[in-house]
Amino acid sequence: MPRPDTIYFFGTCVIDLVYPDAGIAGMQLLRRAGVRVIYPDAQTCCGQPAFNSGYREEALAVARAQLACFPQDYPVVVPSGSCAGMIKHHWPELFAGQPDEALARDIAQRTYELTEFLVDVLDLQLHDSGAPTTVAIHTSCSARREMGVADRIEALLAQLANVEVLEPAHATECCGFGGTFSLKQPEISGAMAIAKSKALQATGACRVISQDCGCLMNLSGTMEKQGQDLPTQHIAEFLMERTDGVSK
Amino acid sequence: MNQSKALHQRIEKALNDDQLRRNFRSAMDGIRARRAEQFPDDAQLQALRDQTRSIRADSLARQAELLEKLEARLTENGIQVHWAETPEQANALVFGILEAEGADSVVKGKSMVSEETELNHYLETRGIEVIESDLGEYIIQMAHEPPSHIVAPAIHKNRVEVAELFRDHHPEQPYTEDIDELTGTARTVLREKFANADAGISGVNFAVAETGTLCLVENEGNGRLSTTAPRIHIAITGIEKVVDRLADIPPLLDILTKSATGQPITTYFNMISGPRQPGEKDGPQQVHLVLLDNGRSRIALDDELLDTLRCIRCGACMNHCPVYVHVGGHAYGTVYPGPIGIVLEPQRLGLDQVGSLTSACSLCGACGEVCPVKIPLPKLINRLRAEAVTARGEEGKMRGPGSLRKPREVMAWKLWKIFYASPLLHRLFTRTATRLRWLMPGRIAPWTDYRTAPRLARRSLAERARQEGFERE
Repeated sequence: MPRPDTIYFFGTCVIDLVYPDAGIAGMQLLRRAGVRVIYPDAQTCCGQPAFNSGYREEALAVARAQLACFPQDYPVVVPSGSCAGMIKHHWPELFAGQPDEALARDIAQRTYELTEFLVDVLDLQLHDSGAPTTVAIHTSCSARREMGVADRIEALLAQLANVEVLEPAHATECCGFGGTFSLKQPEISGAMAIAKSKALQATGACRVISQDCGCLMNLSGTMEKQGQDLPTQHIAEFLMERTDGVSK
Repeated sequence: MNQSKALHQRIEKALNDDQLRRNFRSAMDGIRARRAEQFPDDAQLQALRDQTRSIRADSLARQAELLEKLEARLTENGIQVHWAETPEQANALVFGILEAEGADSVVKGKSMVSEETELNHYLETRGIEVIESDLGEYIIQMAHEPPSHIVAPAIHKNRVEVAELFRDHHPEQPYTEDIDELTGTARTVLREKFANADAGISGVNFAVAETGTLCLVENEGNGRLSTTAPRIHIAITGIEKVVDRLADIPPLLDILTKSATGQPITTYFNMISGPRQPGEKDGPQQVHLVLLDNGRSRIALDDELLDTLRCIRCGACMNHCPVYVHVGGHAYGTVYPGPIGIVLEPQRLGLDQVGSLTSACSLCGACGEVCPVKIPLPKLINRLRAEAVTARGEEGKMRGPGSLRKPREVMAWKLWKIFYASPLLHRLFTRTATRLRWLMPGRIAPWTDYRTAPRLARRSLAERARQEGFERE
């Protein structure tokens, strides 16, 4: 697509309440790249939590409340693979046969995960100004499989000369978050989160970077409980920190 | 005990068994790597998946016609066809054949459909000796356990555990943990059984309508012996296994063996097209096929759920499932474990019986990515979750709709909807939550059983965006 002047930023409910720094960093990256960023005030949640729990009516009601947020034909950029995946791939299914199906489909087809947008649409060029460091990537399952954008975070990090990326064992395996899965099957979810945390720790990396705050909330909480002190960070914050001289 | 509690107990038991978890982890790691080696070219793999998906989808769309054709061709070939709607009928048919022929000993090749019907138990209580001849099945028969995997039934046991089973059941043999020696013991025992059994029972991987051929994929030769040495061969399978043409088999076989065990081809591939003919020196005198429905026709009534029946039972979905790798097959408590089990079993047995299985999935999508016939497993799991909590449950296509709808959960989602479907209430909620964040409890079970509680930000992203001067709308 041609480079757009303006985008809508869909911040996601987890970032809104728990990780606003990640959201701000994402918007700053876009703004710095010369894109006008609109944060629609009325946005709340894509509806994914209820949709994945089988409560489709509730999911539809909440998803429907987002439709008015994106009236112009601007791309919708989402700093999360799973929320982007919900809009792009599951809204068409959720809205099927509804009077506003066409609008939902229109929004779905112009929705991008943040790293996907930075690489594919903006062709973002980065200059690393940070000290040498190592990171391990945890790519969310939705970014990897639903959105198919796992290599975008790798492409962005590859531009950072002083950042070495270390691969954890079982890199493609789920971290165990899965939204309400973590509450419905806490024992399995916990076992998966502990295994993932250990694999990330074993890389010896200084930090864990992901494009999804759901995974980060799960992993940071697990590592803290386990007494592991491996920091986690959203890719947008990490990129800002490496290229702007602003550290947390 | 309710189904959800029982599931949790099985899961906890599995998670507390370190040996079991190590066995699954190493077995699944190995099998994943072997599969990956067989598909070096992703474009070729995707083309093959598209082809096999079409073959299976087309077979299901024409199933009634193909089954008629299959029956006609099999009959011409001298294979006797029997139809069973329920597991009880299938078992009674098998027993009836054995009884009529005075057969009282059976060697079995691997068959998941016979697990569905609990055939071994049925026959044993009627005085028939049943010996599993697949090595994995033989091991779990000694252990009196069900399969923990549809392709590798004893995958949950390691070498030492298997050695101990052989020691207990074959004290006449010297104790060994050497795999070749253990296999040798099994071979010695089973050879005699093959030679003397009255009947062989096997499964079927594909039934070809145009030629009336039953295809059987195996590695140990036990399938060939079970279906040729005894005087009677009884094959048992689900009605969905029919395909139209012989030409459909090469791509299906190719993707099946590569997906299942990472083999380019199995050691044996049997194409059974009739009993012993006059002048022939070997082969069974009678060949029977029992075709079982057991809920499959009901599944086929729903256009979306129909995809379930495309399954060719390769096990790739469970091999790649992060839940399965941590808890193993027995934790599911059903004949079919893993993602395909989560999708198939609630449809077969009812959501009111095993619907809580649908919660044992993080929707990571790994299963859907590897399924050789592109069954959209995550989508179907999500669909079944919706069926399990629906308020408008109509008995019909699905058994037990709405049976997992719980008042507390319904209330929670209604509240969530109230605050997240209204921008105004949402703003009020997030403003209040961020300002009163110190009130947030440090323990939120069950989240904090394994993690620390998430800490709410001082200001929401919406407020921060405003402060940072981003345009609103």
